[in-house]
Amino acid sequence: MAANAPESTSTVAPAVRGTTGDIRRLIAKAKRWDVIFIVLGILALGVGFLTFLALFVDMLIDGWERLRPEFFTQFPSRRASQAGILSAWVGTTLVMIVTAVVAVPLGVAAGIYLEEYAPKNWVTDVIEINITNLAGVPSIVYGLLALGLFVYAFGLGQSVQTAGLTLALLILPIVIVSTREAIRAIPAMIREGAYAVGATRWQTVKDHIVPYSMPGILTGVIIGLSRAIGETAPIITIGALTFIAFLPPSPVTADFPFLSFEWLQAPFTVMPIQMFNWTSRPDEAFHANAAAAGAILVFMTLTMNGFAIWLRYRLRKNIKW
Amino acid sequence: MLGSGNAAAIAPTHVDAPLPPLKAEARDLHFHYGKFQALKGVEMPVYENKVTALIGPSGCGKSTLLRCFNRMHDLYPGNRYDGQIILHPDNTNLLADDVDPIEVRMRVSMVFQKPNPFPKSIYENVAYGLRVRGMKGKNALDEKVEESLKNAALWDEVKNRLNEVGSNLSGGQQQRLCIARALATDPEIMLFDEPTSALDPIATASIEELVTELKRKVTILIVTHNMQQAARVSDYTAYMYLGELVEFGQTDHLFFKPKKKETEDYITGRFG
Repeated sequence: MAANAPESTSTVAPAVRGTTGDIRRLIAKAKRWDVIFIVLGILALGVGFLTFLALFVDMLIDGWERLRPEFFTQFPSRRASQAGILSAWVGTTLVMIVTAVVAVPLGVAAGIYLEEYAPKNWVTDVIEINITNLAGVPSIVYGLLALGLFVYAFGLGQSVQTAGLTLALLILPIVIVSTREAIRAIPAMIREGAYAVGATRWQTVKDHIVPYSMPGILTGVIIGLSRAIGETAPIITIGALTFIAFLPPSPVTADFPFLSFEWLQAPFTVMPIQMFNWTSRPDEAFHANAAAAGAILVFMTLTMNGFAIWLRYRLRKNIKW
Repeated sequence: MLGSGNAAAIAPTHVDAPLPPLKAEARDLHFHYGKFQALKGVEMPVYENKVTALIGPSGCGKSTLLRCFNRMHDLYPGNRYDGQIILHPDNTNLLADDVDPIEVRMRVSMVFQKPNPFPKSIYENVAYGLRVRGMKGKNALDEKVEESLKNAALWDEVKNRLNEVGSNLSGGQQQRLCIARALATDPEIMLFDEPTSALDPIATASIEELVTELKRKVTILIVTHNMQQAARVSDYTAYMYLGELVEFGQTDHLFFKPKKKETEDYITGRFG
């Protein structure tokens, strides 16, 4: 520290500072990358968005004349002009209900267990890796599993319940992963705050962890469901019908106990299968039906995603750390 | 250190006033984060209705020691306590295996470094500890919430908006809300872990004033980075360094006539 002045000046590095012009040129040069990245980003977004828009508009134009109220209230028919998607949209709705009722509690509970209760050791690590991998398994594999397990081993039939369970399996990893991520986003100090006043683990989970991670969990659930709604392969594998001219029995009945679960065992079809069936017909007229059904399916998915965004916005408004 | 470190800290090294009753004491307390030993044989008394400050450079173990008093370390795997923290008058060893950490936290509450109100209403923040204790009935809860907010010097500012979200308050108000939350359950000891490090000087002054007020009701243990703060609010001060309690004493003595060279160096700003 006691170095004297002449010595210290001799070791000073050459000045980095240049003229104002030098500095401005340097900044302009460095900023070029910002511009390049922005342009690339906009291009990438544009390509994706325009492709989707072109496909959607094309489908709308092709199916426009079929998008009439009767299209929603008619069963499929041998005549293209009389065919509708009644059985398909009812089937899709019912299957989605089963999927959500099974996948949401199971997936959320699994996520909470893994984050809050499970000891952090190699077993949990293995489980974690497997769950992440399961999200990448092709859906046809789930279909084969479901055919062997649900249809034959458990004898659940080629029914709404089998389809719902299959799609629930398919989206379970998505629900678990998004639950865990939502829980991890809660700051440690909030969790500590709850424990510090004497809350048990369950009280902390029930009063804090679940409510605060709800926006993230719901987003994951809806993203999962909007993936499930368009799945075709596993549903075909378990044996959904392609032509069905009746609806499953109503869940509400006239007699006590006014509820019936017979619809769970009913044969069914879903939107993507109805589309697939119509596109594979040689008669051109059916292709318009397929386009119309496709447009409706895209619309259903977009609505679900929009709902997810709105819900997340609403719930997050009051959650600030 | 010539092997003198621990022995000297067993009793206060310089106390002139008669000793107040003991509320708690750490006895030969060791603490490990996995393989790292963060506390080495700490012996420290905590006197009833007094403010005890823990000071020392970063990483000296003062927060670790504080968090032993409500078993916060139990939340994370790989932590280990050895030794005892005795809570008087019932002589409960807070660190004993058969003592539930939840029981400990019901008797010893805590205020954190950064204000951490729950993203719930102001009312629910204060009422949460009471609800956890099974308290029901709107009147009883209302009364207790009001009392706690008054004791935390926050009532006048929030009485007309108890249903608003706690995180909309200013930083200092949030911290007073957290104090009200910790106070609502009538704790025997309150732990403050650098409660003003995220606050501006005015908010800091109000928290310090509050701490001085609160000691009439409750025993206080406060970790602080700020030596002036320790000098202002505390009755006793413990100086820690590298996991050891170097010196403990009445605050005015420790600051003006420290017995140990290390303490003096730290207090006079020669290091740390």
